[in-house]
Amino acid sequence: MLISRKWLDEFVSVKDNNKDFSEAMTLSGSKVEGWEELGKEMKNLVVGRVTDMAKHENSDHMWVCQVDVGAETVQIVTGAWNVHVGDIVPVAMHGAMLPGGKKIERGKLRGVESNGMLCGLYELGLDERDFPYAVITPAAILGDYHTLDKDKPSIPADIQPGHKIYGPVVAARMLEVMPLEDGSFHTCADIGGATVCPDTSCPNLHVGDMVAYNTKSDSYCTLADLHAEQAEFPHCIPDGIFLLHEEGVKPGDDLKPVIGADDTVVEFEITPNRPDCLSVIGLAREAAVTFKQELRLHTPVVKAESKEKLSDYLEVDIRDKQLCPRYTARMVKNVKIAPSPKWMRERLRASGVRPINNIVDITNYVMLEYGQPMHAFDYRYVKGGKIVVRRAEEGEELTTLDGGVRKLTNNMLVIADEHRAVGLAGIMGGLNSEIVADTVDVVFESANFNGTAIRKAALALGMRTEASAKFEKGLDIQNTIPAVDRACELVEMLGAGEVLPDTIDVCGELPAPTTLALRPEKINELLGTDIDVAEMREILRSLGFGVDENDIVTVPSWRGAVSHYSDLAEEVARIHSYNEIPNTLMSGATTQGGYDAKQLLERKLGEVCRSVGYNEIITYSFISPSYYDNIRLPADSPLRKSMRIMNPLGEDTSIMRTTVLPSMLEILTRNYNFRNKSAKLYEIGRIYFERPDGLADEPKILSLGAYGDGMDFFAMKGAVEDILESVRAEKVRFVLESGNPSYHPGRCARVYSGDALIGVFGQIHPLVARNYGVDCELYTAELAFDALWSVHGDEPEYTPLPRFPSVTRDIAVVCDAAIPAAELEDTIAACGGQYLRGIQLFDVYQGANIPDGKKSVAFSLTLRADDMTLTDEHAEETVAAILDGLEKSHGAVIR
Amino acid sequence: MKDKLNELAAQSAAAIEAADSLEALEELRVRFLGKKGELTAILKMMGKLSAEERPVMGQLANSVRAKLESELETRKKELGEKALEARMKAEALDVTLPGKHVELGHKHPMYIALDELKDIFIGMGFTVLDGPEVELAEYNFDKLNAEEGHPSRDWSDTFYFDNDSRVMLRSQTSPMQVRAMETMPLPIRIVAPGRVYRKDEVDATHSPMFHQVEGMVIDRHVTMADLKGTLNAMVRRLYGENTKTRFRPHHFPFTEPSCEMDVQCHKCGGVGCPTCKGEGWIELLGAGMIHPHVLEMSGIDPEVYSGWAFGIGLERTAMRRFKIADLRLIFENDLRFLTQF
Repeated sequence: MLISRKWLDEFVSVKDNNKDFSEAMTLSGSKVEGWEELGKEMKNLVVGRVTDMAKHENSDHMWVCQVDVGAETVQIVTGAWNVHVGDIVPVAMHGAMLPGGKKIERGKLRGVESNGMLCGLYELGLDERDFPYAVITPAAILGDYHTLDKDKPSIPADIQPGHKIYGPVVAARMLEVMPLEDGSFHTCADIGGATVCPDTSCPNLHVGDMVAYNTKSDSYCTLADLHAEQAEFPHCIPDGIFLLHEEGVKPGDDLKPVIGADDTVVEFEITPNRPDCLSVIGLAREAAVTFKQELRLHTPVVKAESKEKLSDYLEVDIRDKQLCPRYTARMVKNVKIAPSPKWMRERLRASGVRPINNIVDITNYVMLEYGQPMHAFDYRYVKGGKIVVRRAEEGEELTTLDGGVRKLTNNMLVIADEHRAVGLAGIMGGLNSEIVADTVDVVFESANFNGTAIRKAALALGMRTEASAKFEKGLDIQNTIPAVDRACELVEMLGAGEVLPDTIDVCGELPAPTTLALRPEKINELLGTDIDVAEMREILRSLGFGVDENDIVTVPSWRGAVSHYSDLAEEVARIHSYNEIPNTLMSGATTQGGYDAKQLLERKLGEVCRSVGYNEIITYSFISPSYYDNIRLPADSPLRKSMRIMNPLGEDTSIMRTTVLPSMLEILTRNYNFRNKSAKLYEIGRIYFERPDGLADEPKILSLGAYGDGMDFFAMKGAVEDILESVRAEKVRFVLESGNPSYHPGRCARVYSGDALIGVFGQIHPLVARNYGVDCELYTAELAFDALWSVHGDEPEYTPLPRFPSVTRDIAVVCDAAIPAAELEDTIAACGGQYLRGIQLFDVYQGANIPDGKKSVAFSLTLRADDMTLTDEHAEETVAAILDGLEKSHGAVIR
Repeated sequence: MKDKLNELAAQSAAAIEAADSLEALEELRVRFLGKKGELTAILKMMGKLSAEERPVMGQLANSVRAKLESELETRKKELGEKALEARMKAEALDVTLPGKHVELGHKHPMYIALDELKDIFIGMGFTVLDGPEVELAEYNFDKLNAEEGHPSRDWSDTFYFDNDSRVMLRSQTSPMQVRAMETMPLPIRIVAPGRVYRKDEVDATHSPMFHQVEGMVIDRHVTMADLKGTLNAMVRRLYGENTKTRFRPHHFPFTEPSCEMDVQCHKCGGVGCPTCKGEGWIELLGAGMIHPHVLEMSGIDPEVYSGWAFGIGLERTAMRRFKIADLRLIFENDLRFLTQF
C-alpha cells in the first residue's frame, strides 16, 4: 500500500521526519517497507517561458532559446525540436541537479553560451504515464532527411512545396505555427500554389520547415505515415522538451510542486486482518493514534441539485446475496469527461495509480481514500435499466477493460444488465460499459462482495487487481455509502456532472456491531503487564472502539477480525507498545528437556558419518517420476507407487520419493560435474509411502554416496561396518545382492544384523552411472534408520582385560574360488573351540602356484584362554580342528 | 712399574681423547681395562714387587684405573651427545610439508544452525519433536484458525495430494503445535524442527522446500512477557549478549496478540544499510500468544491455560549466521561449499 504523506496530512498532522514516522508506524502495527522522497535529488529546477528562439549558427539541429525564468531571462541552447516561443518549460538552471544525480552547469555549445538546460520528461524522472499529454508525435521534417541509400534518395534534396512525394502526399513549407492552450498547434503551410491550415499535435514544426503533407487526410505525415525509419530522420524523434500545460504555473516557480515532486510516498505492508488500513483514512487513523494527534475526518456533502431520480433510471437485483451482501449505486448525468485536476492526478500517481479521466480517477481516488473499490460505468450500455448481480453462466465470456476476453465459471460473480455481463464483480469492469470520451450518464457502483469468492475468481482468471486485492480481505459493509457519497461530492467539486439526489442501496439486514467485555485483568494476565484500565479504554476509544460504563466494547464495523478479548489485548499492547512489555523467563513447573533415544541415535549416526569423512547434504523430498527410470527400476516396481502432488511446481518436483537413491546420485553427479575430484556425502532423509488413511509412512534412510580417490566397494563397506559398529549392532553379515537393478550385480551387498535387513550398498550399475552422465565408479549405501534403531545394542558393559597372553597362528588354505570368504570364516568360528578369540582375513590370492578356479585364503587366528597360558599343544589342536573343518565343509586344504 | 703405569696413563689419555666413535672407545676400554688389557698386564707384575712397594703401586694403579675410567666415561658422554646430535640433524624434516589427514566430514551449515537452536531450547527444558511432512489440512490449517478460504490454502500456495485439498505437504511446522497439544501432557515445552513446503519457484531467497523450527509453551499463567524474555534469551545466545531486538505487531491466524521479532542489523548497528534494506533491523521470526480458539480446538481450556508459540525459518537463520548470500547454495550441496563449515 503506497501512501502520499501530503494526502495523509489532510487527515492528521504528523510532522515527524520519514524515518521517525516509519519507525513509529511500524512499531504500532503498520509495517513500513520503505519510502521514497519524490524530489529528493532535484535542485535548482524552475519553470520558464520561451520568449525567443533562433537557429544555432553552427548547427543544423540546435536552437538558441531565450527563456524567462522569473527574475531574469537566460539563454539556453537546446537540441530538441518541439519547442516554440511561448512554451512553458522545465528549466534546469546553472548548478541544478536532476534525478539520478546529474548536475547541470553553464557552458558553451558549439561556441554559443548556454546557461542551463531545458528538460524532457525522462530527465525529470517522469514518463508519459505521469503526464499523458506530454507524448510527442513528431512530424517528418524533410530538411532532416538522410537517405540510407546514397544512390536512390526517396526525397530529393531540392524538393519544393507542391512536389508530389507519393499518392496524396506532397511537400509543404510551414508558414505559420501557433501553439494552442491544449498543447496542439494551429498551422498554415504552402503546398505550392495553395495554402492549407490543418491543426496538428506534432510539436516539432517551425516556420520554414519543409514537411510532407497528406492532401487527403489534411495532416502532416509522421515517420510511420511515410514508412520511414528513424535513421532517415535522426532528429524527428518522439522525445523532446516537456511542454508544461499546468494551470497557474508561471516563470520562476519552483518546478518540484508543479510535477508533484515535493511529496514522500511511504510503502506499507498491511496484514490481512487489517483491510481497513488499505486506505488513506485507515492509515490516518493509525497515525493519529500512534502520534496522539487529532484525526480530521470529513463527511461527504452532496448537493445533488438535479430534479431527476435514480429510481426512474435504474433497478438493482442481487441474485446471490451470499456473494454480494450489499450493492450501493448513485448516478451522475451529463458528465463532462476531462482530465482530472492536477492535485488528484498527483495523489493518484504517488499511490501508483495511473490517471485516466475525471470520472475514472474519482473512483480510484475514493478507493484509495476510503479503501472501498468503486466502479463507474456508462449508463447507456446498461440495457433495460437494470443491474443484475449474479453468478456467471458456466463458460460465459466477458471482455474486461484491459481488453482480455475472460471465460467465466459459475463460481464467479458478474454485474450484468438484462442481457449480458457488463463487469466482473470486484475485479474489473467490462469493456462494453467503459467510460469513454462521449459518455453522458454514469452509474457509480459501491458494493460489498464476498472476499473469498473474489479472491478465488481473481486467482482463477490470473487477474489480481487493486480492487480484488482489497475485496479479498473482506471489506467493511458500512463503507459503501460514505464512499459513493464521496465520489459524488468529488464530481460536484470538479464540476464533472449532475448528481441525482437518491441512492440505490440493496442489502439484507446489516450485521449488528460486535460487542465484547473488556476483561482488563485477563488482558494484563495474558500480556504479563500491569496496564491501567483507563489507558486500555483510552487506547480502544482512540481506535474507534466504543467502551461503555460497564466496559462493554463495541467493535467498529471496519474491524471485522476483532471478536475476542485476546484481540483487544493486541490492540492495547500494540498502542501501549510491545517493547514496553517486560521480559520475563518462564515460571511454573520445570520440565525435563532433551533429545529422546531415537534422536540421540540419529545424531550419533551423523557424527560417525562425518568422522569417517562423509559430508552432510540436504536434498528435496520430491522428485520426478523419470528419476525411477534413471535408476533402472522395473516398470512394475512397487517403489514406483509414489504419492503424487496434484499441483506440483513442475515435473521435477511432482512425486514424493520412495527411495533416496536418485537424490544422492543427483548430488554426486552435480559434484562430479563441478569437477570436485572426489566426494563423500551422506544424508539422513525421509522416503514416503502412502498409507490407507491418505497420510504417509515417512521412514528415514541414512544414505551414503561417494566417488573418487581411494573409493571402492570395500571402502564403502568399511564405512557401513563403522556405522554398524557405532550402533553396537551384533551378528553383522553381508550377502551378495545381484538382483538390485541400480547396482553392479557383482558388487552389491545386503547387510544384515542377525535376521534384520539393514540395507544395501555397493557400486552403482554402470548403466545407471551412464544415465547420470558420469563415467567413474559411484558407490552408495542405503541404510534404514528404523532397522538401525531396532538392532542398536545396549550400553556396553565392561569385560575384564585378559590376564594371560594370547597366541597367534596364521593359516592359508586353497579352495574353490567361488566360495565366499565369509563362509570359510563361519566354519573357522564353528570349529575353533573354546580358545579361538579372533579371526582376521589377511590375504586372498589367485595366480601362480594356485590351480585355475582355486584361490588361497589366509587367516590370522588369535587364541587365548582366560585361566592359563596356552601351550603349543593347545594351539596345534585348535588349528588342526579348524583345518579339518575347512576341508570337510569346503574341500579347502592347507597350502 | 711406576713408569709403566704413568706411561699407560699418558698413552690412554691421548688415545681416549682421539677416539671418534663409541665403538673405538669400547675398543680402547677393552685394550686398557679389559681382562686381557694393558692395566691388567701391568698389575700382574705386582707379585714381583716388595711388600713396601706394593701398597704404593697398588694405590697408583687404582688411581690410574680411576682416571682411565673417568676419562672413558667423559669421552663416552661426549661421543653419545655428538652421535645424538648427528642423528637429530639427519632426521630433521621440512615441517612445512603437508600433514597426513584423516579427512573429516562436515555438518551441513543449516543443521549447524539448527543444532545451535535446539541446544538453546533444550537448555530451557524443551523437548524436540518430530512430525509428519505429509499432513492433514485439518492440522495445518483448520485447527490453527486458518479457515476454509484462507489464502494460504490456495492451490497456488500449497501442495495437495487430493482434489478435496484434504492431504497436503505441510506449509509450516505449526501443525506440530496441534499434534503436541493433542498428545502431550501439560505443561508443554517443545521445539519441532522440520521440512516445510510452499509453492514458490526457486530463486536466491525462495525454495519450494525449506525448514522451520516451531517452538511452543503451554502452562498456567504463561504471558507475552515470558515469550519476549525467552526469545530474547535465545537471541542473545545466538548472536551475542549485546544484541538488540524489537517486537512489532503482526498477524497470524493462530496467535493473538501476534508479533514479529527483529534483531538490530549487525552490519550497520541500526543506522540503516543495504543488508537491512535501510531499516536498521532484520526480521528474525514470527510469534505470539496461542489463540484461545486454537487451545479450545485442541481441548485445552484457555481460561486455565495460556501459551505462546514461535516459528523461525532455518535457512534464513543459517544464511545470516554464515553470511550465505544465495539460498540455492543450501540445496546445491557443492562440496566446495559444504566443506567451508
